[in-house]
Amino acid sequence: MADHSRLRAALRLIEGPQTIGRGPKFWMGFAIVLAGACAYPMFADSYDVGNNVYFFNWLFMAMGLSLIWGYGGSLSFGQTAFFGVAGYCYGVLTINLGDAYGLTLLSTLIAVGFSALFAAVLGYFLFFGRINGVFLGIVSLSVTLVLERFMAQTAGPQWAIGSARLNGFNGMGGMPSLTIPWPGGSIVLFPDLPLYYLTLALLVVIYLALRMLVNSRFGNVLVAIRENPQRAEMLGYDIRKFQLGGFVIGSALAGLSGVLYTSWGNYITPASMGMTAAALPIVWVAVGGRGDLTTTLVGTLAVLIVFQRLTIHGSQYALVVMGILLVVTVLVAPRGIVMGVADASSRLIRRKDTR
Amino acid sequence: MAILETRKLNKHFGGLHVTGNIDFTLQPGEMHCLIGPNGAGKSTFFRLILGEHHPDSGQILFSDEDITRTKSFQRIRKGISVKFQVPGIFKELTTRQNLVIALQHHVPSGNLAEEVDRLLEFLKLSQDHAQLAGNLSHGQKQWLEIGMAIALKPRLLLLDEPTAGMTPDETHATGEMLHRLNAAGMTVLAVEHDMAFVRQIAHRVTVLHLGKVFAQGSINDITADPRVAKIYLGEVDA
Repeated sequence: MADHSRLRAALRLIEGPQTIGRGPKFWMGFAIVLAGACAYPMFADSYDVGNNVYFFNWLFMAMGLSLIWGYGGSLSFGQTAFFGVAGYCYGVLTINLGDAYGLTLLSTLIAVGFSALFAAVLGYFLFFGRINGVFLGIVSLSVTLVLERFMAQTAGPQWAIGSARLNGFNGMGGMPSLTIPWPGGSIVLFPDLPLYYLTLALLVVIYLALRMLVNSRFGNVLVAIRENPQRAEMLGYDIRKFQLGGFVIGSALAGLSGVLYTSWGNYITPASMGMTAAALPIVWVAVGGRGDLTTTLVGTLAVLIVFQRLTIHGSQYALVVMGILLVVTVLVAPRGIVMGVADASSRLIRRKDTR
Repeated sequence: MAILETRKLNKHFGGLHVTGNIDFTLQPGEMHCLIGPNGAGKSTFFRLILGEHHPDSGQILFSDEDITRTKSFQRIRKGISVKFQVPGIFKELTTRQNLVIALQHHVPSGNLAEEVDRLLEFLKLSQDHAQLAGNLSHGQKQWLEIGMAIALKPRLLLLDEPTAGMTPDETHATGEMLHRLNAAGMTVLAVEHDMAFVRQIAHRVTVLHLGKVFAQGSINDITADPRVAKIYLGEVDA
């Protein structure tokens, strides 16, 4: 009985002051979008399905950054560090352990756990050392760049862990894809239908779980710290622990992105932790609207699709356009494009009503 | 047993002695005002009590417990609460959310909405519960922050210029609010410049000047002391 009421209380947190979207209309829209996403592979070819999985892979890191930056107010410029650490960790483990007996799934858990542990250690020194604001961005960026530099010089046979060669600048390849043990033959999750549905399911579960988290007491404090850390502390909260908690969860999600990406393409390179890679999540999340999970999700997906189109049709301009997009968003719609469009439409409607 | 006691509390920034050997005692149930000209060390004294600054020497005792090296958030949990000079509210959140965040620390989920409503009514903010805190009037922001501070049910409430920028009506209403809290057993220590407000609430007044306790007594004693009038005009050295 008590468990049921606790479960009901937890489920109620799926809507709340920290997330936009509530009531039957929103959830009807959510169901329609989800149904569309489920039906999509029936109307798309295998390449497009695999390409969509590629987009989905990044959304976990974007939601994690939204939690750390948008909700918690701590701009981490180095989420790619956790992406890379988890990606390499997955590679090393699966190359050594193989893909039988569900070991790729175990490797995924270990790799994500390792990135969370790395975030906990780094975050401890950052938040308990009271490093805030721009300095947090600088330190986290430095960490990812140091990792990139370090991994780039790991060429040569001496840089191997077991049978996994790190391969320096060229990156590590040849790790198995995620594989689900199944009676009658394992299911290898190549970038096709099964991986599409698995990633989509993970996305839905984590999106809903994060909605519950940010509307919980923990989320309230996180938002309070963003708004006024001194006041939050003077309400008796040890803000360092909350900041660290948000950072570890967000970074574990970056790690999950890293694992899914590595498994998707069967490779990971140091460039995934470089300057360009580190800057892109900032652009996705800022442009989409960092202060909300839904706007982050929608915005990131839109920017990823546009970015890919740009790289196909004029790769030399793609990053410049991303930079311009970031600057324009900050100046014109600081809450992100999704909220900017919503605000503009409601202003238009109000103007029509008053005529 | 004093609720708050400082012994020979010293703090200096570089060569500047901001507080010098402050011995101060606050009895439970007291409403006490700290006054003094700008630069007297009032805000620094508050920050020392809150743990935002650490003293170079001296001791701070809260209900006889030495809290000199205790972290700020732990002092709050022990029963000290504060309202800052500039309203320290969460501007982008609603009035209700501000109070929820303050209350959720010790109020179970089932009673939270009811407690928030009760506090909103006490603060005369019921009608503005869904308003973003940043959109409230200055006086309402001050009340909201007082509400957040008292939501913790502190034994000692520190108020740094609680009526700054308020209209005379709002100032008077704030005084009444504090009298009700005091009647419920809350000890209040306020830094204040508005002497009419000090007269309305203070049982005792301490004058700080150049980081030292300059005078102490009832409001009548203090206003009758010609030296106090002179320090506000800058004519008396410590």
